[in-house]
Amino acid sequence: MPTLAAMFSPRSFASLTALAGALVISFTGCKKEGSNANADEIVIGEVAAMTGGTATFGTSSHAGTQMAIDEINAAGGLLGKKLKLITEDDQSKQGEAGTVAKKLISREKIVALLGEVASGRSLEMAPICQKAGIPMISPASTNPKVTETGDFIFRVCFIDPFQGTVMAKFAMSRGWKKVAILTDTKQDYSVGLAQFFKEYFAKNGGTITGEQSYGSGDKDFKAQLTAIKAGAPDAIFASGYYNETGLIAAQARELGITAPLLGGDGWDSPSLVEVAGKAIEGSFFSNHFSNEDQSPKIQEFVKKFQAKHGKTPDAMAALGYDSAMILADAMKRAGTTEGKALRDAIAATKDFDGITGKITLDEKRNANKSAVVLTIKDGKFSFVESLAP
Amino acid sequence: MKQYQSQLALIIALAVSLGVSLCSSSIDDYYLDIMLNVGINVLLAVSLNLVNGHTGQFSLGHAAFMAVGAYGSSIVTLEMGAAMIHVFGGHGWFAEGLTFLIALSIGGLCAAICGWMVGVPSLRLRGDYLAIVTLGFNEIIRVVLQNTSGDGPFGGALGLKGIEPYTNFFWVFATAAIAIYTISALVNSTYGRGFLAVRDDEIAGESMGVNTVRYKVIAFVTGSFFAGLAGGLYAHLRTTISPEGFNFLKSVDVVVMVILGGMGSTVGVILAAVVLTVLNEFLRDFEQYRMIVFSLLLIVMMIVRPQGLLPATVFQRRKQA
Amino acid sequence: MSQFIQQLLNGLFLGSIYALIALGYTMVYGVLRFINFAHGDVFMLGAFTGLYLNKLMGPILAALPWPVAILIVLVLSMAICAALGILIEWLAYRPLRDKPRLNVLITAIGVSLLIEYTGQLVFGATQQPFPAIIPKVNVGGLGGLTVTMTQVIVSVTAVALMIGLRFIVMKTKMGMAMRALSLNPTASSLMGVNNSVVISFTFGLGSALAAAGGILYASLYPSIEPFMGILPGLKAFVAAVLGGIGNIPGAALGGLIIGVTETLVAGYSDVLGIPSGYRDGVAFVILILILLFKPSGLLGKVEREKV
Repeated sequence: MPTLAAMFSPRSFASLTALAGALVISFTGCKKEGSNANADEIVIGEVAAMTGGTATFGTSSHAGTQMAIDEINAAGGLLGKKLKLITEDDQSKQGEAGTVAKKLISREKIVALLGEVASGRSLEMAPICQKAGIPMISPASTNPKVTETGDFIFRVCFIDPFQGTVMAKFAMSRGWKKVAILTDTKQDYSVGLAQFFKEYFAKNGGTITGEQSYGSGDKDFKAQLTAIKAGAPDAIFASGYYNETGLIAAQARELGITAPLLGGDGWDSPSLVEVAGKAIEGSFFSNHFSNEDQSPKIQEFVKKFQAKHGKTPDAMAALGYDSAMILADAMKRAGTTEGKALRDAIAATKDFDGITGKITLDEKRNANKSAVVLTIKDGKFSFVESLAP
Repeated sequence: MKQYQSQLALIIALAVSLGVSLCSSSIDDYYLDIMLNVGINVLLAVSLNLVNGHTGQFSLGHAAFMAVGAYGSSIVTLEMGAAMIHVFGGHGWFAEGLTFLIALSIGGLCAAICGWMVGVPSLRLRGDYLAIVTLGFNEIIRVVLQNTSGDGPFGGALGLKGIEPYTNFFWVFATAAIAIYTISALVNSTYGRGFLAVRDDEIAGESMGVNTVRYKVIAFVTGSFFAGLAGGLYAHLRTTISPEGFNFLKSVDVVVMVILGGMGSTVGVILAAVVLTVLNEFLRDFEQYRMIVFSLLLIVMMIVRPQGLLPATVFQRRKQA
Repeated sequence: MSQFIQQLLNGLFLGSIYALIALGYTMVYGVLRFINFAHGDVFMLGAFTGLYLNKLMGPILAALPWPVAILIVLVLSMAICAALGILIEWLAYRPLRDKPRLNVLITAIGVSLLIEYTGQLVFGATQQPFPAIIPKVNVGGLGGLTVTMTQVIVSVTAVALMIGLRFIVMKTKMGMAMRALSLNPTASSLMGVNNSVVISFTFGLGSALAAAGGILYASLYPSIEPFMGILPGLKAFVAAVLGGIGNIPGAALGGLIIGVTETLVAGYSDVLGIPSGYRDGVAFVILILILLFKPSGLLGKVEREKV
């Protein structure tokens, strides 16, 4: 009785095989042709999270990158050609970044790739760029592992060990000896910062009074904060993103904790103050740049950004801008867009005068530059000090 | 001849995938990537279809089993891969292939064991509990993986990186073909009538002497095993994995494929997996609307055409008496 | 000791909101025998309705004394979400009244995703601050314990709503019809109960409770986004199962147990030797345990499935 039994198993094979065949036939032969690299255009790829959970960072860095490209084109382009930025959205999803990186490299014939903000997704693209010999510059992936992938992978931001250490140094300089740590275990960034903070702080005579964790998206931190309160810390290192930090600050004050909070560049959003209100006043975080900085270069950037987007640029925008500018600078020095030459030129970047400071790329292809410490005063981020590496 | 038809089809499918794999260097990287995604999604959809379609249960945690398989196999290749390749005679397609095969199988087995642990308590209960338990298991796996140490074998929130890119056309499509063959053979065997009995009327099945719980557990464990293999293939394609990539939404993607294709219809589900994966590439610019459209489709389908776009009955035209 | 009591209080306040959401799950399950997946999303919509009401009527609300203001916001959002709940039932679930339960479950998941992603498109994906309608003052400083005005209002409102619900279900005609329907839909319709009206009413009532839960939750944790309903919704569902699904006091009890356990796990993680981040997994571990050992829940009755 061969009912649907024998009927559709071979049929499903037939359809699968036929489909696979059809896919292959339609796609083979496409290779290496159809390059849309116009003779008078240099195509640069960008992968950013334009939608999804981390879209705030992605759209910000994209705005900065696009602004840099537009400025270069307005000033006549590079090597006698115009720059063309092709941006792909990875939807803040694992798996997508790799696919779109391959798309940009094999379909769009990009000469270099800018992105991603999130370290996890940069790690996905890095081996692809390395294998293809396409230089990749990440604007804001702070995890050390990103550039360890290979010699084509660069970044223009400082790394987690540096940022964690900066805040530990800052806490020591304020005379805070007892610090509690609150990490977001969903974010490798937060975990990394906390780890390096802890290492430096404990080695230099500080005491960690308690370690608590949560996951992004959580709203209730009272349990963790009550436990932290019992240790009576001088400060709390809350290394997560602004989304949760606002609530953490508010709940800490409700529980009668007066110790200031400390954090990293993930705090950089006006939404932090909107949610936390007065509770976040007097807390400190490290960042890539301060848009209050009065140097003419930064003020000009802030003004231009404001004119275009109607808001003050955050650190992601500044880093996106710098990543494109460093790439352009290297192209000019290399005089070509060929992968290896471009790679060597980027690696040779020294004392580049960027928005986020004087950038020198070290032998590990990480940006060597200072961090700034900001505090929240009257609902605004204000500059406290600058800490060199 | 007729009784060997499906075996023959399997052999042809394996041969074709090997053949394509050998000349895959002439395929554009991006298109190859899409094809491999298609294959992995077919594998996921077909394996979920065994649970949600043929057996009429409802799992919402397929991504969790994928995660277990991905982590299991990656840890094997990362921690022991070099040693294994050495033992198998140094680098080369044979040693690497054997290593990958072992890693994949271990990942699949880990997923199957997890499937058994989740399935046994929850499958005694009605279908909608399974939905919540599997969803909960998905969350538990994510929470546990994320809270591991960043330097440990699981890599914490950042996950694992530097996984060898072993996955190629052959591995993906051979696994998918074997999964389709196994699941079809299972469902269409005399023994497999039990699955359909569970789906069509559990109480009637039970009174006819069908051990419904056992059938449900077998379906669930088999489905988990293949999801684990899909996870392993995915990990060795992407070379980096993190807990967040196997969240609830990943599970929902697979559920949508199964429902659109038609629960219980292998061909329909395969086509849905192919079409949705390829469509995803064309609809990149409309990402914000994608899930709205999918969710509307789910609702409308359940009201208008609950059997799916290509239900199993469509393929029974040659029905014999 | 005072730390333990503080943790217990933290847990009870959190649990009272889980309880409120769990009531909606339990009621719909009791009447229709299906898990209304979209319940957590109505909870989210409740919070956003509160936000937009506050934007619309800001000056009026500011002029009123705060208890009146919060009452107005609460009642209006409950009414709006009740209407929405009835609409959802009418559009998506009613056509499936006699279909297999699996189809209804899938539809419910569809509705849930639809609300979330439409919410993301309309409200934006980023978090938005929820206005502080209840003044931020501490009311209890006893022995180093802190209780805020918000927490007091939240739990008082939650308890009041639960008592109100109990009254409706046990003492009114509609409540009697709900109980009859839950026992046997065919028999109840033979007894002259208009099942459709009762089901609509149940959905409206459940959605109103979810909306109230949303407003209260947003007042406690004033940062709202379109996906905020998923996790509390799931935990509340576990609470409903823990208490015995279909059982109203059980849902309340389950909510409190989940809230307290979760808080204690996070607060004493160092004693337990696990990361406090495990707290989000607690509810699901409880779910698996309860299904293993007492699938009918703490207060539920054992039910045999009949043909």
